[in-house]
Amino acid sequence: MSKRTVEVELSTSGLDAQGRPQRVPLVTNDGGTAVALEPPPGVEPDLEGEHMLINIGPQHPATHGVLRLVLELDGETVVRCIPHIGYLHCGFEKIGEYRQYNQIICWTDREDYLNSIGNNVAFALGAERLFGIEVTERCKVLRVIACELSRIMSHLVWLGTFCIDIGAFTPFLWAFQRREEIYRLIEKWVGARLTTSATRVGGMAADIPSGWMDGLRQFIRTFPHTLDEIDRVLTRNAIWVGRTVGLGVMTPDEAINWGLSGPMLRASGVDYDVRKDFPYLDYETYDFEVPVGTNGDVYDRYLVRFEELRQSVHILQQAADRLPDGPVNIDDPRVILPPKSKATSEMESMIHHFKVVMEGPRPPIGESYVAVESPKGEKGYYMVSDGTAKPVRWRIRPPSFVNLAAIPKMVEGHLLSDVIAINASIDIVMGEIDR
Amino acid sequence: MSRFEVVRTGASAPGAQPATQRNVQHRGGEANTSAKALQDKFPAGVKRVEVIWGETIVYVDPAAAHEIIRWLHDDQSQQYDFLSDVTAVEYRDAEVPIEIVWHLRSLPYRRFLRIKAQLPKGAALEIDSVMDIYKSADWLERECYDMFGIRFRGHPDLRRILMWESYKEGFPLRKDFPLRGRFSRSEQLRQALAQNPENRYSMEELTIADAFVDLPQDMRDRLSKGERTGE
Repeated sequence: MSKRTVEVELSTSGLDAQGRPQRVPLVTNDGGTAVALEPPPGVEPDLEGEHMLINIGPQHPATHGVLRLVLELDGETVVRCIPHIGYLHCGFEKIGEYRQYNQIICWTDREDYLNSIGNNVAFALGAERLFGIEVTERCKVLRVIACELSRIMSHLVWLGTFCIDIGAFTPFLWAFQRREEIYRLIEKWVGARLTTSATRVGGMAADIPSGWMDGLRQFIRTFPHTLDEIDRVLTRNAIWVGRTVGLGVMTPDEAINWGLSGPMLRASGVDYDVRKDFPYLDYETYDFEVPVGTNGDVYDRYLVRFEELRQSVHILQQAADRLPDGPVNIDDPRVILPPKSKATSEMESMIHHFKVVMEGPRPPIGESYVAVESPKGEKGYYMVSDGTAKPVRWRIRPPSFVNLAAIPKMVEGHLLSDVIAINASIDIVMGEIDR
Repeated sequence: MSRFEVVRTGASAPGAQPATQRNVQHRGGEANTSAKALQDKFPAGVKRVEVIWGETIVYVDPAAAHEIIRWLHDDQSQQYDFLSDVTAVEYRDAEVPIEIVWHLRSLPYRRFLRIKAQLPKGAALEIDSVMDIYKSADWLERECYDMFGIRFRGHPDLRRILMWESYKEGFPLRKDFPLRGRFSRSEQLRQALAQNPENRYSMEELTIADAFVDLPQDMRDRLSKGERTGE
């Protein structure tokens, strides 16, 4: 097996004769082209068997929340990693058994809070399968827009924090600036930034306000420029490449067996995307590519997520072009509230409103598992109904939880400083892991 | 320059272009072909097959569950290589048995299958772990044990994962567990304050460092007898 090299360049403040930034390679091979720093050797010499116990977290900025890792170190090399989770456990699944379906949507915001609107859509899809409902065409396209916007938001947070963990500060600011624009769009649409609760069973909480699409189109037009800037700074940067290449490698077979999903699995060279393989919301009619890595290391995870950002913009463009007119909510009095103006003026509508809110819609006896491609991976909601207005069981299949379970496998044999990079590359959200 | 060959999903089912499901029936409809294959292969192990909302559910005998999942994983005509989820369902009706649910995906065939095994109430809640087949079952089974108290035989490290090791209130997702917990708020607070900070490390972790020699004698004794936790 040959060693992998990536051509790199390092920007300096000087300009060359053409006025382009002068680039000085950090390490060059004999041919004069720049190569990445070699990945660190696997195990350092044994220091008389004295192993050290290092505790990282739960209160540590590089653990992305309240993850706690207990590491056994031999010198600086990780021999064993024992993760501890549960510091943020709130019992969402238990609470869900005491709530009506529309009330649970508010809980889905708070679980993977970087992708709240995407979770709302995923839960609504699961509940609608349980009710046997199909939403309108306009609602489907709006939901695709919501999903892809939240994918961009989540990946931007990942990108920014990943940069900070590795030591680059500037892309963090660029990423969060653009993320703020999406937050403004979301706020105009549903009235909240983080806890969106944007969907309802059978439709959306609100249609987009007039003029909203102009803001979206503006974002679609300008956002690739930011991506290009970040790409120029990071992708072929010698320090960046040196800190990420060859770390935390998972082979395709291992990645499937460990249940990894999303960009983690695709970076390992497995072409599995729920949007393509088990489509929902008519994703099969959108034209987009699924980026796949071939090395399964931290650098490939970066590349895969970066390309997903571009593909999401592409999907947003198509969705904006095809958004049809028509109603957002289905016409089904079992689950949809009457218009507010009628509920306050007509007796029948008021009774109808009261029944839907107080008793809640009741699905038939049955169960459904609907998985969507969240930014972290395959997010599934498994719901079991016994015919009452509250589910018997509401199960979240958390992608970060399953991805994080592989961290001992990924970090063992690497250096302590690489643990931070590998952990950041998993893109964990503790709200989703602990629930 | 790449190290791995890209694994394409759907490679064993060429031509089948997946699409969003429409007009799914509540009950009935076409079952996953794996269900028929399972009934032929394990006539005694498979109890019944249901299709609800287009998703195929195979109810299996708990004793045969491991063998059936092993076959689904290994057989070339099935190739269920991806374990999405392991969880359990307890119904509000106390008579209905607890169900263990496995969600399996076959990436080469793009199939999805739900396997269920029913564990009657009253008997020991035990079932064979599938961790020797899927590594992803590790934390999922630990969570299932933590929340429902189901013991997975053969799991190498079955301990609580979301709740802490010394949690004594039982298993939170069981239906007889009250929403606010079994203990009063004051009792929960008292226990939290009485925690020994040393307990945040398991005995196993303490042996990593030289801290072991500084441990009290009784902890060292318990450790040498093979105990795992530092409670």
